[in-house]
Amino acid sequence: MIQFEGVVKRFRRNQVLKGVNLTIERGHRVALVGSNGAGKTTLIRCLLGEYTCEGRVLVDGMDPRQQRSAVLSKVGFVPQLPPPLKMPVRQLVRFAASLCGADPQRMEQVAVRLGLDMERFHGQPFVKLSGGQKQKLLIAIALGRDSELLVLDEPAANLDPEARHIFFQLLAEKKDTAAMLISSHRLDEVASLVNRVVEMDQGNLVLDDRVADLVDLSSSLWCRIRLIQPEAAFAKTIGDWHFRGSDGERAWEGYVAGPDRLRFLGVLARYAALIAAISMEEADTERARAAVPGT
Amino acid sequence: MKHLWLNAYADIVESLRARWFLVYTAVFGGLVVLLFAYGLAESRIMGFTGLSRLLLTYIQLTMAILPVFVLVTTVRSVAGDREAGVFEYLLSLPITLSAWYWGKMLGRFLMVFMPVFLAMIGAIVWGVIKGAAMPWAMLIYYTGLLMVLAWCFLGIGMLISTIARTSDVAQGAAFVVWLTLLLFLDLILLGIMIQEQLPAETAVAIALANPMQVFRTASMMLFDPQLVLLGPSAYVILDSFGQSGYIAYALIYPMLLGTLCAGIGYLIFRRTDLP
Repeated sequence: MIQFEGVVKRFRRNQVLKGVNLTIERGHRVALVGSNGAGKTTLIRCLLGEYTCEGRVLVDGMDPRQQRSAVLSKVGFVPQLPPPLKMPVRQLVRFAASLCGADPQRMEQVAVRLGLDMERFHGQPFVKLSGGQKQKLLIAIALGRDSELLVLDEPAANLDPEARHIFFQLLAEKKDTAAMLISSHRLDEVASLVNRVVEMDQGNLVLDDRVADLVDLSSSLWCRIRLIQPEAAFAKTIGDWHFRGSDGERAWEGYVAGPDRLRFLGVLARYAALIAAISMEEADTERARAAVPGT
Repeated sequence: MKHLWLNAYADIVESLRARWFLVYTAVFGGLVVLLFAYGLAESRIMGFTGLSRLLLTYIQLTMAILPVFVLVTTVRSVAGDREAGVFEYLLSLPITLSAWYWGKMLGRFLMVFMPVFLAMIGAIVWGVIKGAAMPWAMLIYYTGLLMVLAWCFLGIGMLISTIARTSDVAQGAAFVVWLTLLLFLDLILLGIMIQEQLPAETAVAIALANPMQVFRTASMMLFDPQLVLLGPSAYVILDSFGQSGYIAYALIYPMLLGTLCAGIGYLIFRRTDLP
């Protein structure tokens, strides 16, 4: 579906992409990882036809620079930093939907599933929303249409655990029909979402590896944690994951989205000395959905 | 075409909430209020009274303020949008570059022209309510002048925004362009150059090429038909063109200049990196 053939990008004397060759097919969920300045954003901008470059970039055989509308109508893009747009939320949705020939209602429905109260915020300027709310709306615009290629730059960074869970489910709904390119500084943030990892370093591809695709994007884990003693900081952190406490806040239980398990364990690692016992097991999807609002 | 109008509309919505637009509207609205507050509609100068006098003063002030305002606000907001990631996101949507660029130009034109025009219309309406005679011919002529003035400097602003990669550079370049045009007004550097034996043809060519000089001459022509206040090159120009000829030139040339600058800006825009 996507082909980068010897893609070179220079900014004056600085060569940012040094002959990138990469092919991505439908069904591939690619983690594009690398440190700052590795060339991830530049590669994405070449893919979106926003940068001119040497070599060839093709999406279904079309050049994104020459056949912008045809290519970009297939692409759903979520940037890392939301643009400071002043137009009201509903207007932004309608504007994007009109350009994409999509149904704005469908985009709004996705936003509502992600936990954004469209009725409350519809007249509010986009720039005045919180970071998480902006992210939800941009995800809704990208996923609330028939995108065949999702380009997501740190898409879940500002989302709360509930919204992340629903976001993973939305990706699961698209995983067989779309290709996904998910950019991140850290592999552990996106590892469980992808089936392929591409690492960039100083404008070169240094790793292109398939990874075990065993985690169901829509799965959940039922988790129980027992503490040595109650701890207010832990209670606050675990409360953000919507866990319920018992036994004087010594015992906690709740659901964790399957692809979020690594992130969750990373959070728990900060309180490792407090934890007396922990158990995680695959949960019944329907029960988990009932426990997570909006799913 | 639908995408062009959509983008023009989006730019209008964005501008309506932008700080530059509030300041811009307040300046021109405030100008009219000030002119009335100082009783300009009741004063007389060189035979012009009432609304004609008010319009003359308003257009003179506008000629001084509008170019620098349009240049700076255009380059700041367009180059600023690029820096802030607005281009990166909106240009990832399936819109053609021509619809994007010309839609932005169209929306921005309405936003810079309407406050100036509406302030002038407001002054006229107020004057008519107060019983002043309606100077129709002057109103139509000045409306046309304001339109081409806004279009011309918007085109120059879009060209600068396309070439400059940061809002600071764009703002500096816009200021230099404005200062250069200002210096080459008839009574400033051009006048000195004529004193220093600059060939008459060169002085006239500079005066005809400088849109600020063209507007100044065009707006004062009705007020001072002999152009004694404007300087030597304007006198020669009027002598060669005649009043009607110069009115046509003052309306057509800046429109072509603005379109040419915007067109070059578009060609550069579509060939270079977008965000």
